[in-house]
Amino acid sequence: MSLVEPATQPGHLGRLIRSELALVFRRRRNQALLAVLAGPPALIGIAVKVSAPPPGAGPDFLGQVTGNGLFLVYTALSVCLPLFLPLAIGVVAGDSIAGEANIGTLRYLLTVPVGRGRLLAVKALAVLAYSAAALAMVAVSGLITGAILFGIHPLTLLSGDTVSVGSGVLRTLGVIAYVTFALTGLVALGLFISTLTEGPIAAMAATVAVTIIVEVLDAVPQLGASRQWLFTHNWLGFGELLRLQINFGTLLTWSALQLGYIAIFGSLAWARFTTKDITS
Amino acid sequence: MTQGVPDIGGGALAVASEGLTRRFGHQVAVDQVSLRVPVGAVYGFLGPNGSGKTTTIRMLLGLISAHEGSIHLLGSAMPRSAALVLPSVGALIEGPAFHPYLTGADNLRRLDAADRTANPHSSSERIAESLSRVGLSAAASKRYRQYSLGMKQRLGIAAALLQPRKLLILDEPTNGLDPQGTREVRHLIRSLAADGATILVSSHLLAEVEQVATHVGIMSAGRLISQGTLTEVLAGAEPRLLLFTNATGPAQHVLSRLGLSDVLAGLGKGTVTANMCGHGVDEITRALVNADVPVLGISQTRPALEDLFVSLTGEGFDVAS
Repeated sequence: MSLVEPATQPGHLGRLIRSELALVFRRRRNQALLAVLAGPPALIGIAVKVSAPPPGAGPDFLGQVTGNGLFLVYTALSVCLPLFLPLAIGVVAGDSIAGEANIGTLRYLLTVPVGRGRLLAVKALAVLAYSAAALAMVAVSGLITGAILFGIHPLTLLSGDTVSVGSGVLRTLGVIAYVTFALTGLVALGLFISTLTEGPIAAMAATVAVTIIVEVLDAVPQLGASRQWLFTHNWLGFGELLRLQINFGTLLTWSALQLGYIAIFGSLAWARFTTKDITS
Repeated sequence: MTQGVPDIGGGALAVASEGLTRRFGHQVAVDQVSLRVPVGAVYGFLGPNGSGKTTTIRMLLGLISAHEGSIHLLGSAMPRSAALVLPSVGALIEGPAFHPYLTGADNLRRLDAADRTANPHSSSERIAESLSRVGLSAAASKRYRQYSLGMKQRLGIAAALLQPRKLLILDEPTNGLDPQGTREVRHLIRSLAADGATILVSSHLLAEVEQVATHVGIMSAGRLISQGTLTEVLAGAEPRLLLFTNATGPAQHVLSRLGLSDVLAGLGKGTVTANMCGHGVDEITRALVNADVPVLGISQTRPALEDLFVSLTGEGFDVAS
């Protein structure tokens, strides 16, 4: 008796990825988290409309919102990046492996069989997609609220120069792309923590807790230059894209830091998951 | 062992393990287990709770690693050849597990999507067929969380049947099923076996296993203490004497003096049972009559699998430590 290698169906990887995306995006909890993320930009917009803030008060870019709705996108990102976005991404990333282990579906996936490395990669892809969707939610909510309440006008940059609406929108897309990439280190961290436990709640809480601790460390001036290595350090660096001369070198350096975190936590997650005993 | 299939008695083996051992801390959960499941067999894998059955099954399927020993499934080494072997293996491992907020059909679709050998065009058809095979067609679009225990169990079996399988590893397939469901699973196992599949079924329902199994293996405290065809294993058990008499006390005394062991007054009034220890029925009858014990009826009984199981693994409720 010998087995012939079973024929692999064309498009099988795409099918698994679609299944994983459906699992993440059709889940009510994840949809609710996305819906909640649309809230802060709309609330900030309404609050500013009702009562214009004094100059220099509140989060970054708040003062400019009344003059140009585009700035509501940046304000919303500044407000959501420290906590709301890590919370939503931490929930989905923490749940990715630990959630399947917890309800026991992991053992059935692995005996289908799905290669462990392949499953980890597909899970990572789905969390990244969710992370991008979460950011898009904040940005789109900010953009729509801003456009309705304040209108979209030519963008006055941090340097004082003004660029056209088209260029402003382009720069805003750049901001979203930058922030999406800036959050990949967090995705890798959450995925790694998710391979450590069979408790999804523990994995979610740990991911969010680590992020908050790192943000607190980032706010301690005594730590000096070493803070630049923290994965949260450059999250708000998207302001760089609102200068007349964008320093792409700086943006690339900051992005390379995320690549480092992806490499470290990705390898740890892979090493852990591919050798783990599945006892759940 | 690396040269393909280990043979025993000329037949190929669908499951073959050699000296399989797994420890958790200082405790040896599975100790030198050498399973021999011939191709085409229905192999009853028996043992009390905590005897190492599930750990063995998880090792067979590559979910946990073995500390010692080797495994061949369908002639290929596990876990190295998992990608080659597992598409031909359907498994129910320690109860069903599905996403509670997906429907039964969507849960099967998810598993089918994960199978790189599954044809996406026949997916719906195969899902419908496996659901109908376990009698779940009517509940296909119900969410899993609304399923009863028996329905969950059926969905687990349906998942194992999504593709044609050469080997089915079913861990407690009748758990939570009502008597009708149990009978259906028995029929299902027979029909799968008739189609040529090899089936390894772990169960604590010994009467069930006795009805479908061609082979059995009995685990106790991590060791495989008995293995072979059902007839072979049962033949190894001591036949018991069943005596009907209205003088049970003197009868027990005579039987003990004659050298029979485990002499017990039966549950029914006026019965005595004992291990025969090599004595013939005629010899025993003569001894009883000589001692003026009235013999109303006497016979030799083959033990049921259950008696054998208890005699091998011990009685009582204690979970093996």
